[in-house]
Amino acid sequence: MHNLSIKRLVEALRAKKFSSRDLAEHFLARIERFQERLNSFITVTHDQALAAADAADQRIHAGDAGPLTGVPIAHKDIFCTDGVKTSCGSRMLDSFVAPYDATVVARFKQAGAVMLGKTNMDEFAMGSSNETSYYGPVKNPWDLARVPGGSSGGSAAAVAARLVPGATGTDTGGSIRQPAALCGITGLKPTYGLVSRYGMIAFASSLDQGGPLARTAEDCALLLQAMAGFDPRDSTSIDRAVPDYSAGLDKPLDGLRIGLPKEYFGEGLDAGVARVIEEAIAGYRSIGCEVAEISLPNSGLAVPVYYVVAPAECSSNLARYDGVRYGYRCEDPKDLTDLYKRSRGEGFGAEVKRRIMIGTYALSAGYYDAYYLKAQQVRRLISNDFKRAFEQVDVIMGPTSPSTAFRLGEKANDPVKMYLSDIYTIAVNLAGLPGISIPAGFHDGLPVGLQIIGNHFEEARLLNVAHKFQQETDWHTRAPMEA
Amino acid sequence: MGWESVIGLEIHAQLMTKAKVFSGASTAYGAVPNTQACAIDLGLPGVLPVLNEAAVRMAVKFGLAIGAEIAPRSVFARKNYFYPDLPKGYQISQYELPVVHHGRLDIVLDDGTTKTIGITRAHMEEDAGKSLHEDFHGMTGIDLNRAGTPLLEIVSEPDMRSAKEAVAYMKRLHTLVRYLEICDGNMQEGSFRCDANVSIRPKGEQRLGTRTELKNLNSFRFVERAIEYEIARQIEVLEGGGRIVQETRLYDPIKDETRPLRAKEEANDYRYFPDPDLLPLEITADLIESVRAELPELPDAKKERFIRDFGLGPYDAAVLTATHELAKYFEDTVRHLGGSPKLAANWVMGEVSAALNRDGIDIAASPVGPAALAGLLKRIEDNTISGKIAKEVFEAMWSGHGDADQIIESRGLKQITDTSRIEVMIDEVIAKNPQQLAQFRAGKDKLFGFFVGQVMMVSKGKANPAQVNEILKRKLAG
Amino acid sequence: MALTSEDIKKIAHLARLQIDEQDIPGYARNLTEILALVEQMNSVDTSGVQPMAHPQDVSQRLRPDEVTETDQRAHFQQIAPQTEAGLYLVPRVIE
Repeated sequence: MHNLSIKRLVEALRAKKFSSRDLAEHFLARIERFQERLNSFITVTHDQALAAADAADQRIHAGDAGPLTGVPIAHKDIFCTDGVKTSCGSRMLDSFVAPYDATVVARFKQAGAVMLGKTNMDEFAMGSSNETSYYGPVKNPWDLARVPGGSSGGSAAAVAARLVPGATGTDTGGSIRQPAALCGITGLKPTYGLVSRYGMIAFASSLDQGGPLARTAEDCALLLQAMAGFDPRDSTSIDRAVPDYSAGLDKPLDGLRIGLPKEYFGEGLDAGVARVIEEAIAGYRSIGCEVAEISLPNSGLAVPVYYVVAPAECSSNLARYDGVRYGYRCEDPKDLTDLYKRSRGEGFGAEVKRRIMIGTYALSAGYYDAYYLKAQQVRRLISNDFKRAFEQVDVIMGPTSPSTAFRLGEKANDPVKMYLSDIYTIAVNLAGLPGISIPAGFHDGLPVGLQIIGNHFEEARLLNVAHKFQQETDWHTRAPMEA
Repeated sequence: MGWESVIGLEIHAQLMTKAKVFSGASTAYGAVPNTQACAIDLGLPGVLPVLNEAAVRMAVKFGLAIGAEIAPRSVFARKNYFYPDLPKGYQISQYELPVVHHGRLDIVLDDGTTKTIGITRAHMEEDAGKSLHEDFHGMTGIDLNRAGTPLLEIVSEPDMRSAKEAVAYMKRLHTLVRYLEICDGNMQEGSFRCDANVSIRPKGEQRLGTRTELKNLNSFRFVERAIEYEIARQIEVLEGGGRIVQETRLYDPIKDETRPLRAKEEANDYRYFPDPDLLPLEITADLIESVRAELPELPDAKKERFIRDFGLGPYDAAVLTATHELAKYFEDTVRHLGGSPKLAANWVMGEVSAALNRDGIDIAASPVGPAALAGLLKRIEDNTISGKIAKEVFEAMWSGHGDADQIIESRGLKQITDTSRIEVMIDEVIAKNPQQLAQFRAGKDKLFGFFVGQVMMVSKGKANPAQVNEILKRKLAG
Repeated sequence: MALTSEDIKKIAHLARLQIDEQDIPGYARNLTEILALVEQMNSVDTSGVQPMAHPQDVSQRLRPDEVTETDQRAHFQQIAPQTEAGLYLVPRVIE
């Protein structure tokens, strides 16, 4: 059962080949079996899952099944789930039982999906390796000595290891695409404003976007269908019609114009990864796509800009964690300042504190123009690069990550080195564009992800382009030894 | 050397929306603590703000009323600081681009001249909660019901030169926001709050002196006294060779003095930046026009109309338009009375205002409403009662003894206009006072008043005074 | 811009973060390195470039003025560290 795609699971459930309860029990057993090795879950909602599965079975029997009724999924522990602990990978929220559902969570419930639990993640989504989690690092199912990527590492590892057929993630600078690449699965970061941020714990509000992780583009289309759409509770949600993401998956790609940014193939890219990506591009050429070199001249500044914008927003977003209304509170505060400083000092880990401090500094009197304003201006230039590129090409392709999964601890003590592992994903968030990472092959036994970037609201095209590749290749069907 | 004081005010007016500025929680005053603090007001993880349209319309309304520029595009920013009544660790406010800027308001000075006060800007922001310092085992309790209530912060130019001018400006603004029905103006409940920036400089000097900011000025009287105290304090410091420190000072109404808020307040660094959860606010010409269509008649226009249409003097017109409620009461009275605006004006400004002041009642809650008052004034007009008796009837009405006609009837206060009855009374008075009659006839004209008084006494005040005068004149002449 | 230990203390205070004395040099080094990365932005001329605060060029939507929330105090205060009489308690605030 765990090797079936979501599409097949939906069909099988409808045909009553097995029940939703069978499915939930099967996956829950796998989660339990692999938890010690992978550490991909923070919370497993065993009892609620079985109750939801039983309810799903009744709906199926009553003939009023929704699009995902009975399908097991997992939510990144950044999405608020009513009555279920929502930790955001932090000691700060270790005791936080969310009193409401995020819009994304409510929509999955509405669609009939059965939540199995909450997946591990970098603390407050700040990290590229899942090593900043208060709950310990997640291991990469392809090699337990390596990281799964981050910050949606728990979701990516769980999907790769077949502990769940699909999961949600969030992507602020690559947090869906990079772990998808490093774990050999498919992950989609939608256009900013397509998926509601209500109830998705904020890291950097102008960059955060929720999206699906699954093994195939076809499954991502089904999950995105449930997640996407206008939400009046999010001022940045865009009010426009949501297309049918599955309808155009099989459209031929003849004449599709693919742009390869020369800046994504230069220094810093692992030669083995480059080779896999070039082969994948050759595959697209062979099915009728036109490939041209393009330039995104300011792409080298994406990481510097990001490390002003994201920390600045996070320094303010995380000010609410003060030990007063919810979350961690230090023992015996001697006064108000002590309550604040120790609750926050003890509740947050080192990387979160680093980013809060960088952001606080960048916004402080005398530095605002040099850092924050400058970053917003360069952000405009980066966005303009993409605008020009999309006048020439339909999609942009390149590596998702400069290397395959690195070893646990390899970059943990060198923030700058860690930050540079997102050099190809960050610009997409700055410009608010959609991007998808799909399995493109292996290098030294580790998966390599191909990133496909589209213009705003072109998710359907990205899924189509990804799906056609997956019809020609079988990289997305490979399972790690550990599974 | 003479000193000139320079004063600017920052007024926080709570906007009268039903729901909060960024959430759907109620703004009603006085609820049980934290029962009107929803997930958004509490700053729970993951929540997001969405802007209330009514708050925007009220801000635009205010801008139109003060002849200000309405920004076609304004931006919400975050003002970052830690305080327990500020749940998110930042206040959503407008910083670089406020919705309203460059307005003005005229005030009338004691000498009757008009002065224009510039209004630099007015911007929308959210209110904070309240800290309750009663003893909870040595701790402070936090009530977040008020958190997220919409405020309009109205910042004046430093155009005022005395405490009296500052109060005149504040009262004018207070009147205006209530006319516009965007703020209830309740100062006890904190709906209309004032901070004052005060500095002094030698007369003739153009540069501004170092200013202090005065807080906790929650009545017109406190504003006046705090500013007066602060001006005197600053003069004393400078004349004593000291210098003014730029600081925030708290007014203590009990000691009637200002003192520094915190001994060593660290320099605030609010790290303002555009709120990424909110998009730029665009105010279209359509929106402005639809708000303009809802604008009520403003105080100055109403005053002009009262002078023009009712023939009132400028002073009476100014008094009667001082508040929206008073003007409405007056106009309603005239309407029920079907004219006689001068009589109505005299009564509203006289008996009615005196009784309201005496009993500390708002005009909206007056026990004698405009229709009842008009009922009384009609009886003066048709000579059923005299003005003097009317005062007695009014007091009875005020105490809830019924309407004017009931009271006149039950107490037999109807005026005596029957000439023969009045003549009988006059004859009786003349017969009883032969000595005074002789003196009068000998040329002591002053005694006329004595005879009038005697007649009124005999009639228990009910004889028609005009008739008494006329008949008495004839009879005394002999 | 090289940050000193003093800078770190000031920033940590502004952000209300307790940082152990022995960790301060490490933060100073890390933050200095991050700022060096960030300052690569200065390689491009941005004079006259409109700052970009949002990925989408749209304006703020307005919500009707309706009360949609009901009292959930008991529910919300279940997860609060310390409350009494419906109030959130904090160490005494000195005015």
